[in-house]
Amino acid sequence: MDILPILSTLRRHKITAFLVIIEIALTCAIVCNAVFIINQRLDRMNMQSGVDEHRLLHIELADIGVTKDQKARMLEDLAALRQIPGVVDVASVNEVPFGRSSSNSGIKLDLKQNQPTLNATLYSGENLRRAFGAQLVAGRDLQSDEFVDFDDVVRAAAAKDMKSLPHAVVITESMAQRMWPGQSALGKQFYLADFPITVVGVVKELVRPSIWDDNARSYSLVLPMREYRGEYVLRTASPQNNERVLAAALAKLKEINPHRVVLKKHSFDDLRYDFFQNDRAMAGLLIGVCVALLVVTSLGIVGLGSFWVAQRRRQIGVRRALGATRRNILNYFQTENFLLATIGIALGMVLAYGINLLLMTHYELPRLPAIYFPVGALLLWTIGQLAVLGPAMRAAAVPPVVATRSV
Amino acid sequence: MFRYYLDLAMRSLMRNKVLTALMVVAIALGIGASMTTLTVLHVLSGDPLPGVSGSLFYPQVDPRDMDGYDASKPLPEQVTWIDGMNLLHARRADRQALMTGGAVPIQPAQSGIEPFYSDARYTTSDFFPMFRVPFLYGHGWNPSDDESRARVVVITRSLNDKLFGGKDSTGQTLRMKDTAFRVIGVLDSWRPNPHFYDVNTGRYSNSEDVFVPLGASRDAHLDHDGSTDCWGTGGGDEEHAETEPCVWLQFWVQLDSPDKVAAYREFLTHYSQEQKALGRFARPVKVGLPGLMEWMDINKVVPGDVRLQTWLAFGFLLVCLVNTIGLMLAKFLRRAGELGVRRALGASKREVFAQLMVESAVIGLAGGLGGLLLAFGGLWLVRRQPSDYASLAHLDPTMLLATFVLAIGATLLAGLLPAWRACQIAPALQLKSQ
Repeated sequence: MDILPILSTLRRHKITAFLVIIEIALTCAIVCNAVFIINQRLDRMNMQSGVDEHRLLHIELADIGVTKDQKARMLEDLAALRQIPGVVDVASVNEVPFGRSSSNSGIKLDLKQNQPTLNATLYSGENLRRAFGAQLVAGRDLQSDEFVDFDDVVRAAAAKDMKSLPHAVVITESMAQRMWPGQSALGKQFYLADFPITVVGVVKELVRPSIWDDNARSYSLVLPMREYRGEYVLRTASPQNNERVLAAALAKLKEINPHRVVLKKHSFDDLRYDFFQNDRAMAGLLIGVCVALLVVTSLGIVGLGSFWVAQRRRQIGVRRALGATRRNILNYFQTENFLLATIGIALGMVLAYGINLLLMTHYELPRLPAIYFPVGALLLWTIGQLAVLGPAMRAAAVPPVVATRSV
Repeated sequence: MFRYYLDLAMRSLMRNKVLTALMVVAIALGIGASMTTLTVLHVLSGDPLPGVSGSLFYPQVDPRDMDGYDASKPLPEQVTWIDGMNLLHARRADRQALMTGGAVPIQPAQSGIEPFYSDARYTTSDFFPMFRVPFLYGHGWNPSDDESRARVVVITRSLNDKLFGGKDSTGQTLRMKDTAFRVIGVLDSWRPNPHFYDVNTGRYSNSEDVFVPLGASRDAHLDHDGSTDCWGTGGGDEEHAETEPCVWLQFWVQLDSPDKVAAYREFLTHYSQEQKALGRFARPVKVGLPGLMEWMDINKVVPGDVRLQTWLAFGFLLVCLVNTIGLMLAKFLRRAGELGVRRALGASKREVFAQLMVESAVIGLAGGLGGLLLAFGGLWLVRRQPSDYASLAHLDPTMLLATFVLAIGATLLAGLLPAWRACQIAPALQLKSQ
């Protein structure tokens, strides 16, 4: 196919050609970035939590009046929950992954540091790791003689009484890697609110209740501290039992102490679903806009293509009369579209890169991976070719006899 | 002349229905998407208290120790109990209120309603006059009630409807966490957006249902909600929150003139210096006194996703416009013959141009109408989203007008180039080729 005649034709339709190029470039730039953001959100939604989500239930209760003896009541609750058929494990905890409410603290490797090394979330509750089903990859679990009551810890911290504070801690693998890169964290010491504490175990993953920074999402530690605030986690034998176990657990808790209100009752699957609602909505919206953009662009190509074909009917007739085949005419319009699309895509790539740079500075997005460029180009070439097919076939159908007629 | 042009425009548009439909749909899609996102942005970045917000300020001091000190880092977002009380009692502003959020268990007297938890605000008395909170029945409490830690409560209209069937409930007793409070006021509907006075407890959430004097909330051991930020030995112990080195309260002041703002800033500096001399403050003296809207900006109250969506929608509108320019150009040039005849018959370039612009405006109007329908649909979708601002997404008259201005303005802009191009046609050439 000879490209030169196409170029000279396009030179006579500068504005229209320019508009097609701009439209393709803008579409290419926006779609590349939008798809990138969609993928980011999908990745986020598939984030590993490190806990046995499908088999976990979460219940949070609050007392109506001022209650005494919270610890004894908690033990009674736990004992009753354990008796429910289908319950494998239970724990009274202070926070849960994706639960949004969290307690966090700065961690220092050295007391003299001015700024903390990192900020981690503090999980606590006896038997928490086992109830969550978080996988221990090194060291050991926290032992029951290491556990202290939450109230005692608060009192001891205020009095700077080191002996009554927790001494052992379990941390996540990613936190260990960040603190002591390439080394085993076992036996290492760090400072939590200026009190020393020693790592005795490492879990593979345990995501935070709320995530501000995706890089710090697994900076979690588990303290040997007993909690009795009425927040329980139950692990069931199988996901099919979840609903039945939750209902039974609530009935049991109500029976033990009716003077309280259920604040939360859900499976961890629901917790995850709620946590990523905004990401899901954003991804949905972006998908909608991308589809609309591609539709508008292809309709624009169809419209302009039809116009060009109508305008050049006579010339097409002349070419056909001079011996050009239908295929030649079809190829002409396809090549023309391919040329315009190519220029548009090239411009669009530069623009996509620019938009990505802007997003990186204003929305803390990572750099656009190179793979998006060829894939985006392929997509727009395909759409361009599909859109121009209709007008091009109409052009090919112009009979040679048109050449002999005056308009 | 205008009516004639309008008639010509309608004829021309009806002649090629597919092309016209394509243009109108493209404009409508672009306008619909832009107006949807723009309305959300407009609602979210609005002024929570129009006419009042200009005189509301959020004082900030820094009581933290030197650990982690970095001069470039921002001041604490809240105040400690001690600083809050000191600033409150100094009464240097026209009005001032110290507050925090919480949740209370409500025990209805009627046996038919199960006990439930409600969001609550523990505050001092100036909250109501300072934020111009409207009352349906009764009134707020006095500074003397703050001092005596009176067991009084103000509830919202919706809670009053639920508990007292909408009747005037002032003087009635409301039991919360086993403590009896006397209802002294019922608010009329009030929902400032954003929830500016405490951005940690839901940025676009409803106002709390229960308002209790700050002192009384401490006496009754009502639970605190929201952010607590501690340093040193602070562990966020609820029972001793008055003395813990933690910030957990919001302090707002009303300052009615620029002089008073400058004087208050001066006062905050003096206060910090004094506290430093006393050994309570350790860091170099730095104070903040942002206005309400400035405080919203600092906290990035408008979600980043919403801004991103707005940019995206405008990018989309741009593509739709480029598309329309191309199609209009095609359409106008196709009528070169007709335009040539008009020119030859004596129509000036200016008149032909005007005729084509009227045609663009008609497309713009149709696109605007379509866009409006799509925006209603889009906002309906936004309202079904889970975010706390979802229920606020409604088109107001300003945005309604803006839709048409944007649609017609954008289409006229898009029509400029094709119309100009079409005017350049030499009439003789066109007539010859006929």
